[in-house]
Amino acid sequence: MPLWLDLLIRVAAVMAGFLVLPLVIGQAEHKVMAHMQGRVGPMYAGAFHGWAQLIADGVKFVQKEDITPRDADRTVFRLAPIVALFPYLVVILTIPLGPGLVAQSLDIGLFLVLAVLGIGVVAVLMSAWASANKYSLLGGVRGAAQLLAYELPLVLAAASVAMAAGTLSLPGIVEAWRPWWLIWQAPAAFIFFIAGLAEIRRPPFDMPIADSELVFGYMTEYTGLRFAFFLLAEYVGIVVIAALTTVLFLGGWHGPFEEQLGWLWTLLKIFALSFVIIWFRVSYPRLREDQLQRLCWLILVPLALAQLVLTAAVKSLL
Amino acid sequence: MSENGDRIAPGKGLLDGLAVTFKTMTRRSTTQQYPDVEPDLPPRSRGVIALLEENCTVCMLCARECPDWCIYIDSHKEEVVVPGAARARQRNVLDKFDIDFSLCMYCGICIEVCPFDALHWTPEFEYAETDVLSLLHDKDRLGDWMRTVPPPPAHDVLGEPSKEEATAARKAAGPGAATAAKTARPAGVRATPPTSDPGSPSAPPASAKEPER
Repeated sequence: MPLWLDLLIRVAAVMAGFLVLPLVIGQAEHKVMAHMQGRVGPMYAGAFHGWAQLIADGVKFVQKEDITPRDADRTVFRLAPIVALFPYLVVILTIPLGPGLVAQSLDIGLFLVLAVLGIGVVAVLMSAWASANKYSLLGGVRGAAQLLAYELPLVLAAASVAMAAGTLSLPGIVEAWRPWWLIWQAPAAFIFFIAGLAEIRRPPFDMPIADSELVFGYMTEYTGLRFAFFLLAEYVGIVVIAALTTVLFLGGWHGPFEEQLGWLWTLLKIFALSFVIIWFRVSYPRLREDQLQRLCWLILVPLALAQLVLTAAVKSLL
Repeated sequence: MSENGDRIAPGKGLLDGLAVTFKTMTRRSTTQQYPDVEPDLPPRSRGVIALLEENCTVCMLCARECPDWCIYIDSHKEEVVVPGAARARQRNVLDKFDIDFSLCMYCGICIEVCPFDALHWTPEFEYAETDVLSLLHDKDRLGDWMRTVPPPPAHDVLGEPSKEEATAARKAAGPGAATAAKTARPAGVRATPPTSDPGSPSAPPASAKEPER
């Protein structure tokens, strides 16, 4: 296979995953959230149980007027949604679906993923500051505080599993994974998942967005396609956090018939975790700002450090 | 934080919350797909008021009792010449009977007070308009609603017999018999002891009310 064709297939596959998975999860959120609240959710778009609701939403967003506030910093304002979306695209490149089934296998995949996820805070600050709106600014500052705080337990938990596997390559970590790691790395998995939720600003960690007090935080001034980009970023964020937790802590493609069905196991685990993320959103009220920081600094960070010690101890014993 | 006495295990609240949402998800939702599926309305639903014009005597009770004053009635008198009678009789003819449903609060008092059953509830509710003035239904439109009046629900088998039935039974039993209202009822459902008022055959409570109206 010539190099360009190989590249084309990989890029097309990643783009397809990047566009389809968030839609599937967004639709699942509509339906799951509705049924958890005793409703039925969208029923009309696409005739069968509203399966085309998000496509209809997309068409609607495209038709909307693209407004930039007069006092806004136009360039930064327009760039921010792309900056919010782009890191997730890069992350998806490095996530292995099955044995050998990865768009771009990197030796330092985990390092790249964590570094790129950190760009999210830049997008939040860009949109917040450029909007020239006090609600946006408040949301942005909250977002920055939250993202910076939760970056630490996220990285520490990921470091624990990297130590255990002895590699930073994501396929390498999956290959090194053994079922008993589920217990050994359970605190790290828990910390990573919770910190990941906070990183993508999902409820109950949606203090920067907090629609009941800040309108919509740093997204207040956005309309049309740019707003849709932010929403898409949120759902790709769910995919990315679920996929990373799967790959790092739940053994990725490991399961029966993993040579043939590895990709299916990975996808199933991703969907199960996405369901949990939606479930959390329905079940829990939003954390107050001080509770949010308290959870991070007083619970997650010490736990992550303890997990590092545990990982090192077990590793040296083996 | 709860007091020290009833402190629950940490995280129990979080798990309980998850359990509640999950249980709700497994249950069927009660949503009615209304425009697609007609709602299953309970008996005596109050949708719109229908007018049976022949029964109306223009007594104006409904218009006067209406708390919103949303019933508008106009009429004139007509002479009816009865052959052989000493003089012509007069009869009320209804010219206008409008109910303004933009004012109506669906209390049903007009239907309650109508002595001749000219007004009826019907469960029909799809008469929304884009113009508020169109909510004034004239007597033709009110008469048209009569199509949708459901048959009255069956009597409660354990309930009191209607006044008409009780009176008929009393007359059939002849004067001095035990109160018809009591004998017509099934014996098993009596709540009060049967010997409470043995000697008052001519004054059932229903007929005592009559002069008040």
